[in-house]
Amino acid sequence: MHDTANPEAAAPVIEIRDLWIDGKLNETWAPIVKGVSLSLRPGEVLGLVGESGAGKSTIGLAALGYLRSGARATAGSVRIDGTDLLSIPEADRRPMRGTRVAYVAQSAQAAFNPAHRLMEQITTVAVKRGGMRREEAQKRAVDLFVALQLPEPNTFGERYPHQVSGGQLQRAMVAMALICNPSLIVFDEPTTALDVTTQVEVLIAIRKVIEDFGVAAIYITHDLAVVAQIAHRVAVLRFGEIIEEGALDRILNDPRHPYTQSLWALHDMTLDKSDQHGQGGGALLSIESVSARYGDFAALTDVNLQVEKGATVALVGESGSGKSTLGRVITGLMEPSEGQILWDGKPLATKVQRRPLETLRRIQIIYQSADTALNPRTTIRKIIGRPLKLYHGLRGKAREARVTELLKMVELSEAFADRYPGQLSGGQKQRVAIARALAANPELIICDEITSSLDKVVQAEVLRMLLDLQDRLGVSYLFITHDIEVVRVIADRVVVMQNGRIVEQDDTASFFAPPHEPYTEKLLASVPDMAGGWLDAIIAQRAV
Amino acid sequence: MTGKPNPLFSMILGRIGLGLVSILIVSLVIFSTVSLLPGSYAAAILGQNATPEAVAAFEERLGLDQPWFWRYLQWLGSAVRGEFGLSFSGRPVIDIIGPRLVNTVLLASITAVIAVPLAVTLGIICARYRGRPIDRLISTSSLAAISFPEFFIAYVLMMILAVQLQLLPSMAGIRDGMSFGEQLYRMILPVLTLLMVILAHMVRNTRAAILSVMSSAYVEMARLKGESEDRVIMYHALPNAIGPIASVVALNLAYLIAGVVVIEVVFVYPGVGQSMIDAVRNRDVPVIQACALIFATAYIGFNLIADVISIVSNPRLLHPR
Repeated sequence: MHDTANPEAAAPVIEIRDLWIDGKLNETWAPIVKGVSLSLRPGEVLGLVGESGAGKSTIGLAALGYLRSGARATAGSVRIDGTDLLSIPEADRRPMRGTRVAYVAQSAQAAFNPAHRLMEQITTVAVKRGGMRREEAQKRAVDLFVALQLPEPNTFGERYPHQVSGGQLQRAMVAMALICNPSLIVFDEPTTALDVTTQVEVLIAIRKVIEDFGVAAIYITHDLAVVAQIAHRVAVLRFGEIIEEGALDRILNDPRHPYTQSLWALHDMTLDKSDQHGQGGGALLSIESVSARYGDFAALTDVNLQVEKGATVALVGESGSGKSTLGRVITGLMEPSEGQILWDGKPLATKVQRRPLETLRRIQIIYQSADTALNPRTTIRKIIGRPLKLYHGLRGKAREARVTELLKMVELSEAFADRYPGQLSGGQKQRVAIARALAANPELIICDEITSSLDKVVQAEVLRMLLDLQDRLGVSYLFITHDIEVVRVIADRVVVMQNGRIVEQDDTASFFAPPHEPYTEKLLASVPDMAGGWLDAIIAQRAV
Repeated sequence: MTGKPNPLFSMILGRIGLGLVSILIVSLVIFSTVSLLPGSYAAAILGQNATPEAVAAFEERLGLDQPWFWRYLQWLGSAVRGEFGLSFSGRPVIDIIGPRLVNTVLLASITAVIAVPLAVTLGIICARYRGRPIDRLISTSSLAAISFPEFFIAYVLMMILAVQLQLLPSMAGIRDGMSFGEQLYRMILPVLTLLMVILAHMVRNTRAAILSVMSSAYVEMARLKGESEDRVIMYHALPNAIGPIASVVALNLAYLIAGVVVIEVVFVYPGVGQSMIDAVRNRDVPVIQACALIFATAYIGFNLIADVISIVSNPRLLHPR
C-alpha cells in the first residue's frame, strides 16, 4: 500500500513485550495469549489475523490496558509512550483510553448506548478528558462526519443509534475513536457484522481517515482479504502466539508458515467445474410464483426457482433480501400467500403439519448456528439417532451402526457419539448438524448460511465434505449464503435475491463472467479481493 | 417526522384501555364470586330462628332480591362515582372505608417516599461494588429479610424497639384527635416493618436489572472510552435499566396498598385491610367488594404506570426512526 513517512526514525506508539494473558475456563486458568510482542510506529497499520479464539481481541483490548473479567495478565508489558499500562493502577490507565488509544468495536449497533444521542456519546471523551469545550468537540465531530462521508453531517449527531443504519453507525464509531486525535486505534473486526456492500463503504472510510489523520492502527480481523486492503504489516495469530509476522506483500505472496498458507484454503479451493451436477436430472423442487408476507411486509414477491436432482443452487443476497424466508417456505415453516411448490412435479402441502412423514424426510434443513440448533443436553448419539428412529424406525444395533457410519461420513470418529455439543468445536458441531440431516436420507438439504459462523479453514473443509457427499449420495443442496466466495466454490447455479425478488439466475460460470445485472455487479465488486490494491482501485474508480 | 403520530401515544392509550378492561373484568369476578359465597347476610343477622318471611323482607329492603346483573350494574355505577353504595349495616360504604383508606394511603406514602429512593440507591451501590463486602452485606441481609414472613419481622421489631428498649409504642392505633406528629410517631414501627419487607425485594431487583445491562457491549465500550465506573453505572447502565426497576417498584407500591393487611392487624393500625377483615367477619358484602375492587385497582394502576414508564424510557419508542 502506501508508505509511512520514515517509520524507523520515530519512537513506537505502542510496544507490547512478551505479553502473557490467562483466561478462566471452567474455574481453571489457562494461558490464552502466550508471549506476544508487537510494536507500531506512528501512522503504521498492523493487521492482526487469526481464527476466532486465537486471542486477537484479548490482545487488542490489552493495548488499552483493558482485560475482560475472566482474564488476567501474568507477564509482559504494554507500553504507550513509555508508560507500562499493566503496571499502573486502573485510575491512571483510564485517562489514556479514548485520548491516546481508542477502540472501535465489532458491532457498533451493540456498542453504542441506545439511551443517548450519538453526538453526546461521541464527544463525551473530548469534553471530559480531551480538554475541549463542548462546542469545539461538536465542531470536530461534524468535521469527522464529513470526512467519514456520513449523511447530513450537521444534524447526524442528533440522532439516536437506532435511527442510523449499521454501516453509518460503524463509521460514527470511527468518528468517536478519532475525536481526541489518538495516536493509536484498535479496530476489532469493524466490518465483520456488515453486509459486503456496506463493508466496502466502511473500509474506504476507515482507510481514508487512517491516512488523513496519520493514526497508527491495530486492525483485527479473520479475513485476510480485508487486511490486504488496510495494513502495512501483518501478524498471524494462532492459539495465542504470533506464528508469522511480516510486511503485507511478503505475507500475501510468500506465506511461510503452513498455517498462514492454509488461511488461503478457501481462496485457493478451485473446483473441477467440468462435472456440472444435475444436468438433465430434471427438477426435484420447483417454486412457482411464490409470494410471502410478514403482516404488511412483502418478504417474497413472485419467486420462481428450480433445484435439479443432485445439483447445488446457491441463493445469494444481503441480509433482509428474503433468502431465509424462502427456506422457511420450502420447508413448510411459513405459508406462502401466493404460488405453489412442486416436488417431483406434484404440489407440496404448504404447512409442515400437513406434509406426510415421507415428504418431511426428503427435505432437511441445516441452520447457521449449530450452537442453537443442537440440544446441548443430549449426546451426539441421540441427536443423530433420533431422525433414524423417526424416519427409518431403526433401533438397537442397527441404529448404533448407522450413527457410526454417519459420523464417519462427516469425518468424525466414533468417539464423538458419547460427547455433548458443548464439548465440540464450531466446525465439529456443524458436522454433527450435517450428519443429523443426512440421517434422514434426504433428497434436498437446505443449508442456511451454514458456513458463515465458521473460520475460513474450517469453512473450506466443510464445503469440500459437502461436495464429496453430493458426489456419493446424489443429494441436492439449496445453499443460502451471502458469501460470494462460497458460491464460487460450491454452486452449480446461482440465484441472486434483492428485496424479496429474484434479480438474476445463472449457472455459476456465466454468473461470474460479465456482463452482470447491476445489483450483481455491485455485489461482486464488493467482495474484497486477496490482492492488495483492490480497495485502491475502487477508490480510484469512484474518484473519476 | 412531522404529521406522523408518534406510535408512543397510541401505545400508551392502548395500555390505559387494557387497564380499564382489566379493572372491568376484575370487578365482574369480584362481584360474582362474593355473591356466590355461602351463607346469607339476612340469615346471619336475623339469627337461626328467623322466619322465611322475615328473611325475604330483609333481603328486599337491601335490594338482594333483584337479579344479580342488575345489582352488578348498580354497584359498578356507584363505584365509578366513588360511593360503593350502602353497606348492609345501613351506612354508606364510603363512610366506612374512606377514612381508613386515607390511613392506608398515608402509611403507604410515607413508606414509599423512604423506600423507593433508598432501594434504588442501595441497588446501584450493590451493582457498583459487585462482589465487594458492601454488596455482599446488602445482598445477604436483603435475602434474609425476604425469607422471613412479614408478621415475624413485625413482632421482632416490636419486641426489641417497643418491649425491651421501650422507644416506640407497640400499637399504631392512630385517631383523628391526635396531632400529626403523634400520628407519625405511632406509625414508625409499621413503616419500619414495611420498609424491611419491600426494600429487600426492590434492592435485589434494581441490582439485577443494572447488572444485566452491565454485561452489554456498550458498557464495555464506555469503559474503553475511559469513563469512570460511577459514570458507567449512572449514565450508561441506569437509563437502560429503568423499565425493569419501574415494574418491581410498581409491584411493591401496590403491595403497600393491598398487601398490608397482616401488618395492620399486628399493629392494630386502622387501615383499609382491617375494615375488610371486619367486613368478612360480618358478611358485609358491599364493603368486601369495595375493598377488593380498590386493591385490584391499585395493582392494575401501578403496573400501568410502570408499563408507561418503561415504554417512555425506551428511546426506540420515544424517538422513532
